This record gives sequence, structure tokens and C-alpha cells, in this order.
Amino acid sequence: MTGDADAAPNAAGLRRDAALERALLFGLSVPALALVTATMVLPVGWLFWLSLFDDDGQFGLENYRRLIQQPSYGRILLATFEISALTTLICAVFGYLLAYLLAQLSRRRAAILMIGVLMPFWTSILVRTYAWLVLLQRDGLINAWGMQLGLWRQPLALAYNLTGTVIGLVHIMLPFLVLPLYGSMRAIDRDCLRAAASLGANPVATFWRVYFPLSQPGLFAGAVIVFILCLGAYVTPAVLGGGKVIMTANAVASDIELFFNWGAASALGVVLLLLTAILLYAASRMVRLDRIFGGHGS
Amino acid sequence: MAPDRSLPITVRQVTKAYGALRALDQVDLAVRSGEFLTLLGPSGSGKTTLLMVLAGFVRPDHGSIRFGDVEVVRAPPHKRDVGMVFQNYALFPHMSVAGNIAFPLRMRHVAKAAMEAKVAQALETVQLAGFGTRRVSELSGGQRQRVALARAIVFEPRILLMDEPLSALDKQLRDRMQIELRNLHDRLGMTTVCVTHDQREALTMSDRVAVIDRGRIRQLDAPRTIYERPANRFVAEFVGESAFLPVEQSGGEIRFAGQVLKLADHPGSGGPWLLMVRPERLRIVTDTATDATNLLRGHVLALVYQGESLLLHVELADGTRVPVRGSSARGAMASVPQQGEAVTLSLAPEDTFLLPNETSAP
Repeated sequence: MTGDADAAPNAAGLRRDAALERALLFGLSVPALALVTATMVLPVGWLFWLSLFDDDGQFGLENYRRLIQQPSYGRILLATFEISALTTLICAVFGYLLAYLLAQLSRRRAAILMIGVLMPFWTSILVRTYAWLVLLQRDGLINAWGMQLGLWRQPLALAYNLTGTVIGLVHIMLPFLVLPLYGSMRAIDRDCLRAAASLGANPVATFWRVYFPLSQPGLFAGAVIVFILCLGAYVTPAVLGGGKVIMTANAVASDIELFFNWGAASALGVVLLLLTAILLYAASRMVRLDRIFGGHGS
Repeated sequence: MAPDRSLPITVRQVTKAYGALRALDQVDLAVRSGEFLTLLGPSGSGKTTLLMVLAGFVRPDHGSIRFGDVEVVRAPPHKRDVGMVFQNYALFPHMSVAGNIAFPLRMRHVAKAAMEAKVAQALETVQLAGFGTRRVSELSGGQRQRVALARAIVFEPRILLMDEPLSALDKQLRDRMQIELRNLHDRLGMTTVCVTHDQREALTMSDRVAVIDRGRIRQLDAPRTIYERPANRFVAEFVGESAFLPVEQSGGEIRFAGQVLKLADHPGSGGPWLLMVRPERLRIVTDTATDATNLLRGHVLALVYQGESLLLHVELADGTRVPVRGSSARGAMASVPQQGEAVTLSLAPEDTFLLPNETSAP
């Protein structure tokens, strides 16, 4: 007879197995943890530590005080957020149209077009940014063609300014918006759209009352990713902004390259990091809210 | 049936081809006003395509569809004014229960007070009073089914379409909902067309059943006629269990195993015929039974206990096999035969039904 007496020793063994399995799982994640610590936690900690020393090596909050007192830093942070918001908005409009087109096609065709969306990822940002310069500058291709066709007489100022920066950023950021948005559009139950139609909704009402709300979580996720990536943009404003567009990352670079002021640069980095973290936190709360009522049907 | 609550549907010569496949092949169908009609067929038979054509989601290649006197074959779905219940309910996940049910009213610009009253009444009708503020994700499958139903009837459409409305529910709930759907139909009175592959569901709920195969309606009749007097072998095989026995024809008489069959209604001339036998219509009798019935002799090959019934596989004298179903209740059979035992089966003349022996018609 196998009774409790036989089962008792098993319990101890099973507990040991469970503990062993936990230890093994932890062991497997150690390399990743070590990597994150070495490349993320330590540098950021070091950055924070550096930001607490001013020009003369004095420990204190001097760097942060200057960030608040000098209006130029405030302007740079504001410009960074403005450019990021503008880029996100334009990406949202173009990205929505693009994702909508992809979501209407058969999966096979959508996959082929998706390669076109992802292709820019295969070249470096630097190459893509300089390519835009070739197209956008005063005697670039777009101005040359535009004037040849008689669309405009004077060369348009498309590069070395805000316009060029935003064009370049939109191009780089678009895939980050399209991918999550496309995913959430594909997940929309076709029958929901049919149901809306059968209940009397014309195509416009079906879109705004059903399709758009159901695609919103993807749009929101994509917009958050784009916005946060834009906050840290460096190459695009540096090349296409022509020195007139200074975003936070450019200010950090000049603090270090021109003034060798690691403390000030670090403080700026820390502030941007904190602002981004706050934003991400706020966004994650909204996304989670979205998931509650934007979840997929049965 | 009040004429303002329902409309007849007339389908004429509707064809829909997908490449070489004819999903609908010149379908004619007249649904009476206020009728509960079920489209029954195996998967791929075209029954869902026909429903989608009625709803306006599938554009037929040609043909005519009338709701009452109005030709609607070219009308877009949102102008057809039909209620529809989808297989997976297709409730809007971003709206509350009340939001879902109010949707068709909002599309019709119904005033707020009237809208709230109608939503409350629809919830009452499907026995979900007080559920208005719930989220769809908080509901069970059966409750979602009811919300989908409430949403489809709240704007008082005169035609209600249902696509496998109960297929996502477990069996017990499905059995209960079949009765409920039927009661609801009787109360509201709209013309209802329902698609299902479940023959019991079709027989339980419908006034008439249209059995569909390969894009054609093979029989359109009341449930009892479909089951007891199938028009062809496909219908007989698809609806219920059955065995088919070869018969000989000589003069006006039809014989099985040398014995002249007693028939309630003689099929007349024509043929060749097959004898269709439903397992539960065969009765095990002692040899001295009255000769008012047809008697078949054989022996028991196997005996299967299936809960509410006993299933016997009987081999007849000529080697053909028939299933026999009897109640498993104690005392229902005079004596339960054992495997290998000789038995005599009796078949009432009313249940002795001859079917045209098509050589596997296309």
C-alpha cells in the first residue's frame, strides 16, 4: 500500500527539485544581468556621480543650479521636447496611413511592403542622414527638380534648419511607429467591423468608432517609442540642423568636446534621463489602461 | 405574425463562385415572414456564404435578394437594417455592455432618454438586467452571447441573422440557449435565419430547415419531415444516424430479404430504392410479434452502453449491418440481448421509408 508514509519523503525531494530549478533559472540570467550592470547601471551611476562635481572639482549641486539658472539650457530642453513632439506627430499621421495600407493587404503582400519599411534599418543612421543632405540641400536633388519643373523659383531652405532635422528624424523614426501599430491593426477582429456595419454604421463611423479606438494601443505604443528615441537624437540634428538646431544630445556633446565640462554634460544627461523616465512611467500607466479596454476579444 | 415586426426574404438564382469553386450555385430560397429558418450543412457547404450574402458582406456574382418588396442585393450592409449575431459575438472590446447595445441606436440617432430605455429593455429581454456598466472582458461566454443578441435586436430589425450563434458555448449551455433563442424569436417575431452545422440544434430551434451541400439547397422542410422523410441520401446521412438496405422491386411489391415490405406510403413507380432505417425506430421483439410490422432477423455483433441509450450492432441474415438504438432504462427492453444472440427487429410501416438510390449523386 502506498500511503502517506511513502509520499512524505517525496515532498522533501520535490521541494529540493523546485529550489534547484530556481537556482538554475537564476544562473541562466546571470550573464544578461552582468551585461546590463556593466553597460547600463555602472555608466549611469558614474554619470550621476560626475554630475555632482562642478568645473573646479567641488562637490555639490552647482551643475544643476546652473541648468536652472541659465536660460539656454531650458531652451535646449524645450526645443528637444518640441522637435520630438513634432516628429512624433508627423510620424503618427504618416505611420497610421502606412500601417493602415499594410493591414488591408494580404499578409504576403504586406510582408513584401514591410521589407520596404524596414530596409532603412539595414543602413546606418549616419549614411541615411547624409543621403538626406544630398537630397535636401540648396543645390540638392529636390531643389533642382522642383525648380526645373517650375514648382518654385528660389531654392527652398530644406536643410541646415528645423525642417531638415524633422524630415530626417521622421524618416528614421517611422518604422518604430509602424511596427507596433501594424501589429495592433492586424489583431483587430474583422467581425467587429462587420458587426459595426450590420448595426448601421457607415464606413466613416465604423472607422472612427471601432477601428481607430481598437488600433489606438498600437498607435500609442509606437508614439511613445518614437518620442523617447527622438529625445536622445544626436546625429540627425547635428548634420541636418547645420548647427542651428541644438537638441540635448548636441548640447551634451559640445559641453564635452568644446568645454571639457563633464560635470555639466552629465547633469544635462541626468535631467534628460529623469524626464524621459517620468514620461515613460506616465505613458506606461496609460498604455496599461488601454490594455484593459483595448484587449482582444475571445 | 405582426407584419410590421418581420419581413419575408426572397432569394433567387444567387450564385457565388470563388475561382472554380461554386460556394452558392443558383440558390432559390423563400423565407416566410416571421419564420425561424436554419441553414444546415457541413463545413464548406456554402451555408455561411449564403448568410453573408443576406447580410451584405459577400457580393454574389448574380441573383436577386428581396427583403419584403425591396431589392437589396446591391445595398451595403449598413443600409440593410438586419440584426446579426456573429459566431464569436464580435462585441466591441473598447465599449461597455451598454455601449455595445446602444451602438446601433446611436447610429440611428436615437434620443438619449429613449436610447437608455431601449438598452435597459434589451438587457432585460436577454436576462442581463443591471449588466450595462460591465466590461465585455468581464463576461462569461454565455453572457457575451446574450449581449450580442441584445445588440442585434435592440433596434427592432425585422430580420435577424445568426452565424453559428451557439458554437462557442459548452454543451449544457448550448442546449439551454437553443430553447431560449426559440422563445425569444416567438416573443419578438422577426424573421430569423440561422446557420449551424449542428443538426440537433437545427431540428430543435427551427420552423423549417434548409439542408445545404455544395452550394445547393438539398431539402427545405419542417424538422420532422427532414428527419423522417429525407429527400435524398445526403440529407438522410447528414441528419441523424441511419442505415441503408438494398431492396428488390417486382411488380408493385418491394421486398427486403425476400419479405414484402409493408409501407405506410408507397413510393409508387420509379426507383431503384433503398430502405432507410433510423436506429431508434427499430425495436427488438419476440418472434411471436404481430405481423403488422416489418420484421428483420439477425444476430447481435456488439453491444455498446452509451449512457442514455444502448447501441446494438446487428448483422442481418443477408450480411448487411444495422445499428439499433434502445433506451438504457431498466425494463425498457424485455430482455437485453447478448453478443451473438439471434434477434428479431420490428419496423413500423410508418418508419419504413424508401429513398431513391442515387449512384452517389454529385
